[in-house]
Amino acid sequence: MVEQDVKITIIDREGIKHDVEAPTDMAMNLMEVVRAYDLVPEGTIGVCGGMAMCASCQCYVLSDHDLPEKQDEEEAMLSEAFYVKDNSRLGCQIHISPEIEGLKVELAPES
Amino acid sequence: MIKTDILIIGAGPTGLFAVFEAGLLKLHCHLIDALPQPGGQCSEIYPKKPIYDIPAYPEILAGDLTEKLLDQCKQFQPGFTLGERAETIEKQEDGTFIVTTNQGTKHQAPVVAIAGGLGSFEPRKPLIENITNYEDKGVVYFVKDPELYRNKRVVIAGGGDSALDWSIFLADVASEVTLIHRRNEFRGALDSVDKVQELKNKRKINLITPAEVTAIIGKNKVEGVEVIKTNEDPLRLDTDFFIPLFGLSPKLGPIADWGLEIEKNAIRVNNALDYQTNIPGVFAIGDVNTYPGKLKLILCGFHEATLMCQAAYKIINPGKKYVLKYTTVSGVHGFDGTSKTAPKAVVKKIE
Repeated sequence: MVEQDVKITIIDREGIKHDVEAPTDMAMNLMEVVRAYDLVPEGTIGVCGGMAMCASCQCYVLSDHDLPEKQDEEEAMLSEAFYVKDNSRLGCQIHISPEIEGLKVELAPES
Repeated sequence: MIKTDILIIGAGPTGLFAVFEAGLLKLHCHLIDALPQPGGQCSEIYPKKPIYDIPAYPEILAGDLTEKLLDQCKQFQPGFTLGERAETIEKQEDGTFIVTTNQGTKHQAPVVAIAGGLGSFEPRKPLIENITNYEDKGVVYFVKDPELYRNKRVVIAGGGDSALDWSIFLADVASEVTLIHRRNEFRGALDSVDKVQELKNKRKINLITPAEVTAIIGKNKVEGVEVIKTNEDPLRLDTDFFIPLFGLSPKLGPIADWGLEIEKNAIRVNNALDYQTNIPGVFAIGDVNTYPGKLKLILCGFHEATLMCQAAYKIINPGKKYVLKYTTVSGVHGFDGTSKTAPKAVVKKIE
């Protein structure tokens, strides 16, 4: 494992757990990590490209990390999405940074 | 039957640029798109967002890019079948294809270019039990003919631009408009939000927030909806129509059953040559295709569209030799009779 990598646990839409490593120095977000590891079929995540405009990357945060607050766009998109819970976030708005080491998320169903 | 040279499925940036490139080769195009307007994702998902990697445009809004592409190709008079989804493809004995839409519109062409992006946009349906039973019986996901709602009661759900815009529009048409959203804040153009506020104050729009439609009531058609306002008891709202507007999500759809080689929700093409699929005469260009090293970028779609047109030319004009011509040298000669040519250099003697 490279020094700048963080470990993340992602539970895919089939309920399968994946422990993955993600680089903190490539300006990546969680949605892109899911795509990079092919954890869901192409075309079912990151539809809008990461603009917080489609909710296809919605996930539930299961660990108690102190993630940065939601911006207005993310908040608004989640208010229109389905299967939303209190711990819902958009993966494209979660940046891969050292602070999220050990983050555990579950991908929301496709809608 | 609509007949053309290249039938393009998908009117996004790649499909629109293909019209221009085809026009330079004197090939006519017709486009089919499931959305009611051209532009694909650029006009449907992010018209007001900037793009920074269109060559020669340091910054351009997606909506403006669509406008410019339409303007660039307009002298080649593309035909459009909008608001319909390409459903089936049938190869004819003469080598042409007939593509039929979900509305039964038939198109015939010797070349088909699929420029379908991520697929056709389908409405995202709220998670209400038996909602599908009420579709076209009071539940609609697109407002196509506003007259349908004249003097009727309408409930709209959603918090984005389309929910706001249709609430505003139908306030003058319907007898009663109720807008329901899960939050008090709306995600939409500011002037639309202001307009809804104004109509609410005038009691022309009944606004219920934060609230959610939780059930549909009615025997054979929509008669009402059950609404739950946060922390309150459910209430029943009588209505003739329920219009949930929660955006659209792309689905590859019927194209997946056309016998094309599909890989990762995209169509496998020959990128060494011309972006043709495993079915000769059928091409896939732009975000909808895949090949080693594929990048889903608009600028890559433009390149793919250009090479596709060259291959289409050879299919349509067998045996004819084609020499590449530069627009600066040859100009652009539209099917509408217009011509653009570079001004001739002035040759003048210096005394």
